[in-house]
Amino acid sequence: MLINKEVNGDSLTIALDGRLDTTTAPQLEAEITSSLDGVKNFVIDMEKLVYVSSAGLRVLLKAQKIMNKQGSMVIKNVSQDIKEIFEVTGFDELLSIE
Amino acid sequence: MSVLNIDAEVSNLDKVLAFVDEKLESYGCLPKTQMQIDIAVEEIFVNIASYAYNPEKGSAAISVETQEDPLAVIITFTDGGVPYDPLKKPDPDVTLSAEKRQIGGLGIYMVKKSMDNVTYEYKDGKNILTITKKF
Repeated sequence: MLINKEVNGDSLTIALDGRLDTTTAPQLEAEITSSLDGVKNFVIDMEKLVYVSSAGLRVLLKAQKIMNKQGSMVIKNVSQDIKEIFEVTGFDELLSIE
Repeated sequence: MSVLNIDAEVSNLDKVLAFVDEKLESYGCLPKTQMQIDIAVEEIFVNIASYAYNPEKGSAAISVETQEDPLAVIITFTDGGVPYDPLKKPDPDVTLSAEKRQIGGLGIYMVKKSMDNVTYEYKDGKNILTITKKF
């Protein structure tokens, strides 16, 4: 999975490209742990993400909990297949999906 | 039927998925169905790798076959680790808020929701978990 990061003041956009799974979720977790300090607007762009397993959901939940305390988090450009994963697991209610 | 015998290690996940995907592609499986099957395979294999033999090491066998009428793929996971029926784990409450949410059990819940049939048996000292998905 590739992670592209764009910082603009207190806004951070992370674009994910590939698969968010057991193998790659630690990459995103490390990015979140190191980059969210002082961020008020966090956007995750999933346009090029093709797969999310429970390991990925766990990291998204962690990010959402951090952002609930310090600002907002928005998920953008979610494919229909991944949207269904969010719906089945109730994550469509936990996350702000645009 | 094709069978892969492999060390039950999380680092082997990509090999397991490559083995399953090669079969699914040869069956002409739709991308969405393939993604759902991949997720199920990941959740089950990672569970075996994480818990079946811990802290010892062991192996798992993954077999892939098809059935006709209705056309479906059947994937069976066999390991010789501690007896464990993941289907007995209570479903997580998927309506809780982010703060109250527990992530445990979500993987097997996704498997149950996306596959057409999931069965578990313990036989001859082995855990045997079988998933069936129509395509």
